[in-house]
Amino acid sequence: MSDNSLRLVWVYPDLLSTYGDQGNALVVERRARQRGLDVQRVDVRSDQPIPTSGDIYLIGGGEDRPQRLAAERLRRDGGLNRAAENGAIIFSVCAGYQILGHEFINDLGEREPGLGLIDVISTRGEGDRCVGDVLADIDPRLGLPQLTGFENHQGVTHLGPTARPFARTVFGNGNGTGDGTEGAYNDTVFGTYMHGPVMARNPQIADLLLKLALDVNALPPTDDRWYEALRAERIAAASQPA
Amino acid sequence: MAGNSEPLSPRAKLAVTAGKAAAAVSRAAGRGSGSVIGGRVALKLDPDLLGRLAHHLDVVLVSATNGKTTTTRLIAEALRASGPVVSNALGANMPAGITSALAGGSDAKFGVIEVDEKYLAGVARDVTPKAIALLNLSRDQLDRAAETRMLAEKWREGLSGTKAVVVANADDPLVVWAASSSQNVVWVAAGQEWKDDAWSCPACGGVMQRPGDDWFCGECGFRRPAPSWVLHGDHVLDPHGSAWPIHLQLPGRANKANATSSAAVAAVFGVPPQVALERMYQVQAVAGRYDTVTWLERELRLLLAKNPAGWLETFSLIDPPPTPVILSVNARGADGTDTSWLWDVDYTRLAGHPIFVIGDRRLDLAVRLEVAGLDFRVCDTLDEAVRQAPPGRIELIANYTAFQDVRRRVGN
Repeated sequence: MSDNSLRLVWVYPDLLSTYGDQGNALVVERRARQRGLDVQRVDVRSDQPIPTSGDIYLIGGGEDRPQRLAAERLRRDGGLNRAAENGAIIFSVCAGYQILGHEFINDLGEREPGLGLIDVISTRGEGDRCVGDVLADIDPRLGLPQLTGFENHQGVTHLGPTARPFARTVFGNGNGTGDGTEGAYNDTVFGTYMHGPVMARNPQIADLLLKLALDVNALPPTDDRWYEALRAERIAAASQPA
Repeated sequence: MAGNSEPLSPRAKLAVTAGKAAAAVSRAAGRGSGSVIGGRVALKLDPDLLGRLAHHLDVVLVSATNGKTTTTRLIAEALRASGPVVSNALGANMPAGITSALAGGSDAKFGVIEVDEKYLAGVARDVTPKAIALLNLSRDQLDRAAETRMLAEKWREGLSGTKAVVVANADDPLVVWAASSSQNVVWVAAGQEWKDDAWSCPACGGVMQRPGDDWFCGECGFRRPAPSWVLHGDHVLDPHGSAWPIHLQLPGRANKANATSSAAVAAVFGVPPQVALERMYQVQAVAGRYDTVTWLERELRLLLAKNPAGWLETFSLIDPPPTPVILSVNARGADGTDTSWLWDVDYTRLAGHPIFVIGDRRLDLAVRLEVAGLDFRVCDTLDEAVRQAPPGRIELIANYTAFQDVRRRVGN
């Protein structure tokens, strides 16, 4: 965080922007501006270097081949790892979440190394693809209300000892391991399977990232009535699957 | 090969009759037009029926993410210059619906058939088309559809070795990738406003460079082919360089693109562009799309947009502010149950319009518009939204089942 300007980096929209996760960048940007912050949003294409001086990095979901290409290019670039060493906040979704772990199964059915920024390993699920609304309780240490989102993945993600589950599912699959965990996080790196996009349904997550980046405990309030109405509707819908 | 020179076998005739009977029962039971159930029954009795029904026809297949139904209508209208046409004009575009439509056209010379993207390769194998029109491919219903590039790959594999003339959009890299396995391709510069599914080279995965209207892969050399037909403003440029004016009742750039592809298809069947384009003027609303209805003393124009590419093209054709806009979004089975795609649509393009939001998923839209910094009003019903708008023209944009809901409500 330099001066009053927040640097928000949207990683590889050319490869990892298939499931509306660009919405996360839009929501973080909007909520930062509503708090009077200057936001510099940087969209980094996969043939450009990842800047290492960002405050918040967002990575979205994508299809299997682009996921492999993104992992290859991120490993070669190294910028995201350097940003993490600098203490940047990184929030990732679905394919992006898998890339931040130690490894995942790529489109060729092979084990593809990730960036090792979070202690998880992803495999390919044997059963049906996980598709549908999800409801989960976020780790109480984070002080956030219930998590609502839409999942659409075949991957299964196993947490290692230094990653904490981001949430525990009430409905839906989450990490797909059968133990009820959804997503993972450590001090500065977050991963989730939730689309929706997840920040549109859970603006408090956007605020959490802002607080971590700004190193503050509270933010000025915003008028969240449409978010709240949407949350109430989706939480009720997840509780009564069609 | 005009006319019904080769009569259907007794088995095929039985299948057609049984299919028609099933359709009649379905209609009587109030379950829609019955074309799909009829086709299903017929195909069960005679699995080769589709190929047999198409045997005496000169067939063109039309597939795309957006614009299939309209383009099918435009081509059908153009080919009628040269003989009777049978077509699945109601948009029943999977094998059962196609079978049912063809069963009703024993006197036709041409079959103009819209095909769902996922079924194109199979239908192309069954009916031996003379031409195949490929308009565009983009993200659509990601909760259940195959990946967009995988669809292109399926087209590419399914169409390699086809004897058909493939009429393909040179401005859509995924379509070019799919079509370039074919021997005989007619490239059409039909444009494609939506670019976000083709930043990655379908051939090698390299990053696509897109200066102006051109595109190429910086790594493997895959690039935009030189088109022989071009949409240029309000004109179609044919392969001889002649410019023919486009006169349509249908609005928007996307329909001019559809007309250009249709003219190229018509030429394959010997219908010259000036004749084809003149006939296309006949096409008004297509299954209610683009229709204007008077309701509660306002003029509602009904616009269907099912995915980000479709919404983008629709924004470019609506009347400017202060014309009010009603947006309606559902997420029922036929729409795809995931609404995340709303975030791929640039709603800031609606700045200045009074905006009213309805539909099952109006709250998703409300958050989307809030984050876009737009003013809007959320309404519980279409009636409420229409009453809040001033008298005059209203643009109504809805996705699939939301569009059907609106048509039912206004009696269209």
